[in-house]
This record gives sequence, structure tokens and C-alpha cells, in this order.
Amino acid sequence: MNNRALNLVFRLTVFALLFTGFAQMPIFARYYLADVPGFAWTADYHLNHVLHYGLAVVLLALLGWRLPLALRRRWSASAVLAALCWAGIAITGLVRVMKNQPDAFFSPTLVMWVDWTHLGFVMLLGLVILARVLAARRKAA
Amino acid sequence: MRMNRRSFLAAGLAAAAGSVAGKAQAGETGSGQAVVGGEVVLATLLDLSKCIGCGACVEACREANAHKYPEPVKPFPKMYPAKVKAADWSDKRDVDDRLTPYNWLFIQTASGTYDGEPFELNIPRRCLHCQNPPCANLCPWGAASKDGRGIVSINDEICLGGSKCKSVCPWHIPERQTGVGLYLKLAPSLAGNGVMYKCDRCKDRIAAGGIPACVEACPEGVQTIGPRDEILAQARKLAEETGGFLYGDTENGGTNTFYVSPVPFDVLNQAVEKGPGKPHLASVANPFTTEDTLARAVYAAPLAGLAAGVLHLVRGATSEDGNE
Ligand code: SF4
Ligand code: SF4
Ligand code: SF4
Repeated sequence: MNNRALNLVFRLTVFALLFTGFAQMPIFARYYLADVPGFAWTADYHLNHVLHYGLAVVLLALLGWRLPLALRRRWSASAVLAALCWAGIAITGLVRVMKNQPDAFFSPTLVMWVDWTHLGFVMLLGLVILARVLAARRKAA
Repeated sequence: MRMNRRSFLAAGLAAAAGSVAGKAQAGETGSGQAVVGGEVVLATLLDLSKCIGCGACVEACREANAHKYPEPVKPFPKMYPAKVKAADWSDKRDVDDRLTPYNWLFIQTASGTYDGEPFELNIPRRCLHCQNPPCANLCPWGAASKDGRGIVSINDEICLGGSKCKSVCPWHIPERQTGVGLYLKLAPSLAGNGVMYKCDRCKDRIAAGGIPACVEACPEGVQTIGPRDEILAQARKLAEETGGFLYGDTENGGTNTFYVSPVPFDVLNQAVEKGPGKPHLASVANPFTTEDTLARAVYAAPLAGLAAGVLHLVRGATSEDGNE
């Protein structure tokens, strides 16, 4: 697979992870998305949970693949921030998977913070990417 | 009741503080250390042949946990869209024939005939404290979780009342009260709808070296609490000796509540009244077999990707375009 194809897979995976991630919150049924014909599955928590796991496998593999390449690049401040967000998302996601194993348990406080930081890193990453896109535009103009 | 206490003591869990059980334990091990050092997963056995349906456990639960019950602010904030309905039990606190935010345990009755014999059984119903609880695993907000004793509880300070735990619980145990909790401080019209409540296995009493109020109050010794392995062995033995049936050992991937009944549970399930706040007794498969398998792939994925990436570099692959 060439880089363009990989990039496309990466972007689609991230989009699908965002979607299935937000589907973990009880919002798609409340805000009528699940009422749209063909979209009832968006309110199916179990289905979206399994999809989120499957997509996470793809994302984590792609992030792993990119790491050695990325380490050889020169890093701007925003790239460092973005990388920290990716690491944060990946680590908190992995911890969530671990705590969902039948024989595992984590303290309720840890579970709460892991859930909140997972969400927090996603929001922060969105802001960082937005800022980078805007900066790149300004440069191009 | 003595038997219950004794088996609980055997758990090595009782701390020195307060209760009779605690003092006895302190004599045996010298301190409350067992609570801090060795958390053991607890389970309860309910011998349904003994339950007379007196409701003492229900009363005890309400008394012991009254301080945790919601005191909602009224009027409730208007919620959008209009189809989002408030759940208000604050004026119906006396209801004790189903689960509500103010009643975490109720007695279900089942009567009929089995094997040509008439039966009437009483079944104390509450959260089963699943080993792999969907309510906690799927809570997106970290409000529901399972602790080292296998107790599944919902943190009323952060729960937003989205009721997802209730949707994914095979028995739809948690009950919502609108007008309380964190959502009031966020965007009450747009997200959240109160707080979800259910049995927390009297975790405050257990932490203090006591036993759940419902177990303690029962005049018939219906419930026994102790380490899961021991209680499960005891439940299996009881079922075997009495020719009875077991519910909760494998349900939903395994729970920490074992019902032993002289009548099969599919017969009981037919006989009990089911509906909102009145859970069924049907068998429930493990909902997480797919996730438990996928988890291995999730752990392996970053390493596999990394290995491939390094190989790719070593083989002298050239540039990469700069996209996060
Ligand atoms: S019975 Fe329902 S509420 Fe209780 S732990 Fe299991 S899934 Fe959660
Ligand atoms: S364990 Fe405690 S909270 Fe749960 S039903 Fe018994 S008395 Fe109520
Ligand atoms: S107190 Fe005991 S006998 Fe009475 S209803 Fe509860 S479990 Fe049954």
C-alpha cells in the first residue's frame, strides 16, 4: 500500500472512531439520528462498542507504523502537542480495554479519570489539528 | 444469621470498627488490615427455599441507604428535545414492589406448579454485581465501576443520568431520578437527565467491616455473603444436595449473586411479574465474548505496527508525507 492509500485508511479510521466513540454517549437517540431510516444502529451501544474496538486495532497498528518514521522528522511545537494527544488517546484507550476484561479491576477514581482524559485528549487533538490546518492555510495564502 | 456472620468472618474481611462481626474479627487477626491488604471478591448466596417474603431485608435496605437517596431540585430544568422525559420518584418514595431510585431491593413472588406440585417462592431482587458488568464497562463517563471486592456501583456525584447502564444491563436494574447530580451544573437542558441508582452492596458498611443490611436483617438466613469461590462452592453443593437449580453463576458472563431454587428458573421466569423495575429470571449469555477476543488484537496492534514500521525503515524506504 502506498502512502496515499495509507493516509486515506488512516483518515477514515479516525472518522469512524470519532463516530463510534460519540455513539458511546446516549446522544444519537436523543437527537433523532437513530430515527433516520437506516441509522437505528447508531444507538446500538454494543454494536458501536465492538466497532470501536475493531477500529482501534487498525488505528493502533497505523500509529505504531508511523512512529519510527515520525521520530526521524523534525518536530514543531504543534507536532509535539499532537503526538502527545495521540499517545494520550492510545494509552487511555488501552487502559479502558484492560479494565473491561472480566478478571480486571481498576479503582473507580482511576476509571473516571481515564474516561475523562480519553475524551479530553480527543477534544484537544481536534483543536491542535484545527490550529495546524489554519496555520498552514495562512502560510499558503 | 449466625451462619452468615461466620462465613463472612471466614472471608477475613471484617475490620475492627464497630460491629459485632468486626470485633470478632479483630480478635482473630489482630487488626483491620485484611480490608486494606487483601481485597477478596465477594458474592452472596440466596437460598430461595428459605425466603418467607417478610420484607425485612427491603426495609433494612431502605433504612441503611436512605442517606444516599436523591433529594432533587424542583422544578426540573426544561429538557430538549421535548421527547426527553423526566423520571421522578421523589413523591413515590414508599413504592417497594419494584426497583426505584428509592428502593434498591424488592421481593418478587412466583407461584404455580412444578412436577405436579404447587409452589410459591419469594425472590429478593436487586443488582447481581456482575463480574464483567456491562453497566460499568460501557459507561462512557467513568461513573459506574467495579471495585476490588467485585462491587459494582454508580458514583452519584458524576453520573449524568443518561441511563445507558440501564439499557445495557440485561435486567435493566439501575433506576433514574431527574433533578439531581452533575448534569445540573453542565448543560441540563441539552445533556444528561439526573442520576442512576441501584444496590451498591452496602459498600460503606462492608468497608467498615460490616455486612450488607439486607443480609443482616433477614430472620431466615436466606442470604450468605463471603468470598466468591467459597460461596459458589456452597451454592453448587446446596443445589446438588437439594436437587435445586442455580442462577447467576454463568449469567451475563458470571455474577456475584447466586440464587438456589427448588424450582427451575425458566419456570420461575414464567411465573414472576415482569416489567419496568421488575427484572426477569431468564438465562443471559456473556455479552462480551467479541470484545474479550478483540482485546488481544488491541494489545498486539501497536507492537505489530511498530515492528512493521521499523522494518520498513530498515529496508531503506524513503520519505513519508507529513500527516498526523
Ligand atoms: S446486574 Fe445490571 S446493574 Fe448490576 S452489575 Fe450487572 S449489569 Fe450492572
Ligand atoms: S446489599 Fe445493601 S444496597 Fe444492596 S440490596 Fe442489600 S441492603 Fe440494599
Ligand atoms: S428478610 Fe429474608 S425472609 Fe424476609 S423477604 Fe428478605 S430474604 Fe426473604
